[in-house]
Amino acid sequence: MKYYKNTTIVIILIGLLLQLFAVNVNAAPTTNMELSQALAGLGAKSRKKIINSVKKLGQIGDPAAIPALEALQERKLRADANGRIYIINDDGTSAKEALTGETYTGAIDDLYTPIINNRVRRVIKTVLARLKLKSSDPEVRLLAAKHLAKNPREDASKEIQTALEKETNDEVREALALALALTQIDSPRKDQRLQTIKTIAESGNLKFIPLLKGVLAKDSTGNFIEPDAEVRKAASKAIKAIKRHMLLISTIRNLFYGLSLGSVLLLAALGLAITFGLMGVINMAHGEMLMLGAYSTYIIQEIFKNFLPGLFEWYIIASIPVAFIVPAVVGMILERTIIRHLYGRPLETLLATWGISLMLIQTVRLIFGAQNVEVSNPSWLSGGFQITQGLLLTNNRISIILFAVFVVFLVWLLLNRTPLGLMVRAVTQSRSTASAMGILTSRIDMWTFGLGSGIAGLGGLALSQIGNVGPELGQSYIVDSFMVVVLGGVGKIAGTVFGAFGLGIINKFLEPFTGAVLGKIFVLVFIILFIQKRPQGIFALKGRLADG
Amino acid sequence: MSSLAPESTTQSPKEIHASRRNLLHVEDITVSFDGFKALNNLTLYINEGILHCIIGPNGAGKTTLLDIITGKTKPDKGSVFFGNDIELTKLSEHEISQVGIGRKFQKPTVFENHTLFENLELALNSKKDVWHSLFVKLTSEQRDRVEEVLDIIGLSDKINEQAGLLSHGQKQWLEIGMLLVQEPKLLLLDEPVAGMTPQEIENSITLLNSLAGKHTVVVVEHDMEFVRSIAERVTVLHEGSVLAEGSMDEVQNNPKVIEVYLGE
Amino acid sequence: MLKDILEIQSKRAWVLTLLLASIMVIVIPILNVVVPEDSVLHIPEYLIPLLGKFLCYALVALAMDLIWGYTGILSLGHGVFFALGGYAMGMHLMRVMAGEGVYRSELPDFMVFLDWKELPWYWYGFDHFWFTLLMIVLIPGLFAFIFGFFAFRSRIKGVYFSIITQAMTYALMLLFFRNETGFGGNNGLTDFKHILGFSLHEPSTKLGLYITTAIVLLLSYILCRYIVYSKLGRVLTAIRDAESRVMFSGYNPLHYKLFVWTLSAILCGIAGALYVPQVGIINPSEMQPANSIEMAIWVAVGGRGTLVGALLGAGLVNGAKSWFTVAYPDLWLYFLGAIFIATTLFLPKGVVGITNLFNKKIKNGGK
Repeated sequence: MKYYKNTTIVIILIGLLLQLFAVNVNAAPTTNMELSQALAGLGAKSRKKIINSVKKLGQIGDPAAIPALEALQERKLRADANGRIYIINDDGTSAKEALTGETYTGAIDDLYTPIINNRVRRVIKTVLARLKLKSSDPEVRLLAAKHLAKNPREDASKEIQTALEKETNDEVREALALALALTQIDSPRKDQRLQTIKTIAESGNLKFIPLLKGVLAKDSTGNFIEPDAEVRKAASKAIKAIKRHMLLISTIRNLFYGLSLGSVLLLAALGLAITFGLMGVINMAHGEMLMLGAYSTYIIQEIFKNFLPGLFEWYIIASIPVAFIVPAVVGMILERTIIRHLYGRPLETLLATWGISLMLIQTVRLIFGAQNVEVSNPSWLSGGFQITQGLLLTNNRISIILFAVFVVFLVWLLLNRTPLGLMVRAVTQSRSTASAMGILTSRIDMWTFGLGSGIAGLGGLALSQIGNVGPELGQSYIVDSFMVVVLGGVGKIAGTVFGAFGLGIINKFLEPFTGAVLGKIFVLVFIILFIQKRPQGIFALKGRLADG
Repeated sequence: MSSLAPESTTQSPKEIHASRRNLLHVEDITVSFDGFKALNNLTLYINEGILHCIIGPNGAGKTTLLDIITGKTKPDKGSVFFGNDIELTKLSEHEISQVGIGRKFQKPTVFENHTLFENLELALNSKKDVWHSLFVKLTSEQRDRVEEVLDIIGLSDKINEQAGLLSHGQKQWLEIGMLLVQEPKLLLLDEPVAGMTPQEIENSITLLNSLAGKHTVVVVEHDMEFVRSIAERVTVLHEGSVLAEGSMDEVQNNPKVIEVYLGE
Repeated sequence: MLKDILEIQSKRAWVLTLLLASIMVIVIPILNVVVPEDSVLHIPEYLIPLLGKFLCYALVALAMDLIWGYTGILSLGHGVFFALGGYAMGMHLMRVMAGEGVYRSELPDFMVFLDWKELPWYWYGFDHFWFTLLMIVLIPGLFAFIFGFFAFRSRIKGVYFSIITQAMTYALMLLFFRNETGFGGNNGLTDFKHILGFSLHEPSTKLGLYITTAIVLLLSYILCRYIVYSKLGRVLTAIRDAESRVMFSGYNPLHYKLFVWTLSAILCGIAGALYVPQVGIINPSEMQPANSIEMAIWVAVGGRGTLVGALLGAGLVNGAKSWFTVAYPDLWLYFLGAIFIATTLFLPKGVVGITNLFNKKIKNGGK
């Protein structure tokens, strides 16, 4: 799952290769002579000469000049009487020749320090940026591109264009495209301006919108700054295109976040649906099973951190069975000791299980403290796919979705393809018939309750990777989980799946418009209205079964 | 189901009053649950003042039919008219009760924490809105009526006992008693003698026979002996439709009915 | 009329009711005011608002018993109605102290803090006491009516209804936590100064509020007793035990449920309104789902469907809470959890159930 890292490395390698190629091509027409002459100019006594030399270096475009320019900026450049220039080393006591790197043998204090002012600094910065566009390090190129975008200069446009064509890193490309557009948007040539706007529109990047709005702006006398109506029309079209594009992206993002939230809800609600569907038990301590799962993950993390630091990356894998078994065992104990005495009295069960949840919360609070504990992502779960600007699909969320799908599949297999599942379904349909056929219904109740609690524990594990882990973690998810069960209808896995993803996605779509709180309220109102139309949930059991 | 065998006819078939008005018109009713058609284009008419039995194998749609008539289930298609101008499918359960239809459930359903007297008091035919209930006092006629019905169902001595303490058969009787004080035009009884002793069944037969004429009674039943001893007219349902209809003898000799019952 | 009211409970019960009421309304104030402070019988001043708080909880328990004990509908959202009544009173108390806050502004302090320039429209009218009284009844009542209408109409029952009410509480709590909602956000409404011109810091005001609460509780008890005694009460219990039979007997359960649900919410709102001036604060944490569930356990501990049990349970649980949270704060949740479990497992009829059992034994033994 090291997509991100791998792709980055590949990109860097390609970049390096291209870079070598690019340097060679660019360097070919210029001679070393020209370069060293221009460099020597940096040591001149007149600032005008220095500026001209800097500009000249920019025209030559050889990155070899970068160290010298940087040294000049930082007042670490020296010149000797022969016009040779040197760069002071980091130790501050020695120096080397700017181009060849030969160590300077004389006394440093004998050398002349060229004097620069802000005007020179500005020129250096721009030239440095242009040169750095050819750097092999994408970070450096990115900084350079951003600098050029901030200080658009038309004479740099050609270079930016060339750099853009060769650039492979998406982020740098984007910055370069912006820089290029900025240098070209004021071009006196109309076709050039139109071309620029077209490119911008195709990029779909929200960052260009202020630029485009600038094209549509009026000056203080009320006249358009942009004289050509066609260009203005193209600009306003481009704005619309970009907004459309951004809407698409935000839709995909909401969908993605909704799916991942839905996955957690699904894991939480699946167990609830099973216990409710089978035994008619509303388990208010179900949220605490989620919490126990999350704390189990935390404990395993701490064990790995302290005893197996070499395998730390894989603690989450080791947590999976633990996060399942701990809540499952707790659930089975509760079923045997308390809940089984309350079958057929759902409201009493609700209250008793609430009492259990209070005790579990307080226990965890006394052991681990009331504060949240930190559960970290292993590195292979951090990072993600940058699909396009503003759309990062993070690995932890992708994994949660896949994990939920995997768990649902396992549960489906368990219920539909194993003897235990057959017995569970038999008991669900008719307890007395199942019992008469020799199925130990009370044993089945216990296993089912354990299964439901264990699945919730897995939900807690998933949750620990995207949210906070604290004693009250379960409380904030229990209401949503119940809503999923109500929405999906009891007794069918498909209903729970649709309910969970539906609720997750609705939540995430409402959030940007209404905020999380109003979103929740809307969802509740929606559920109440939905139940008006379909009292039994999405997947209704009708007829006799529905009355049960 | 062996009681359907044709040779055991001892009683002459009761006359069917073709001249009577229909009280209930069930037409073209279809209901499906998850694709399974519980009732399929069912059409059925119930004569006024008659004791009409509905029989059929398990899953034939008998209880669903009662659910449709009493508004518990809404049909996908079709209509039910009570008399000439009340369309039942448009009413809710309590409105249907108020127009004069009473129903006894398969499983006896009484108010277990109320006394027998209170059970009948709540069922009495009177105003049933919230404000009325808050301030109403029982009149002496109503009190007499409750006591009279308790007498009819033979539970006078338990007037102040909690209904939850009654035996299964007694609960069935109490439920019938609750229907009687409602004074409905149409009584729908879902398996009224299930779980009763032979003596209790005997009493039920007497009671139901005495009701016919004053009320229209529809009985859904499995017990064929019982059906034979009460039914004026019998409808056989099969897979959600009417398979046969007529007097008990006619139905028993119907080859289709024999096939459905014995072929399985 | 009076005869009708006297009929609602036995003579013995009336004697007991009036005895308890006179202890609450007359004896305790006397012990507080007249009996000298060094006497063993003296009731210290700090106990008065605490007792008042308990009486408010007892009123909530009555309301819960009406809807849960008698009608079988377990609400996990009564905290909302309590808080709504409380907020209505809190808003009034904020309005009558306009200009006396920290910022000396006409607006409540938190609005000044949020840089609001004028009063939101829904705060209009709360400077009048009569309007506030109306709102204390109307807001919880109307809200409950609308919510109940949709929920009962779609026949949401049993645990489903409980869950939906819990979600309702949760959503409203989140809403009130927001500053933008205009009710003081996190901190809620607090630092009240006076009510009807009396300073809230004066012992006599506190005593007055306590006596008012006791009288309201007595009247509410009589009202509830009348309802459960009437035919309407029998219909409610019938709905609890066999709703389909109620429908097929010609009653529309929707109307009955809606009536008792709304009434219960209103009683709860009144309790909240009496609670706020005595406790001195109202904030969204009153709407925590946990609070509403606790209300249910008061009724369960005392004994459902008896009214007396509700009063008793509210006193027992809250008394225990007051003691535990001081003596063993870490253990309180264990104890509360244990109450939940033990009551449902071993005491389905609550404490009243035990005494009834006891009474029966004596009776049977005497025969």
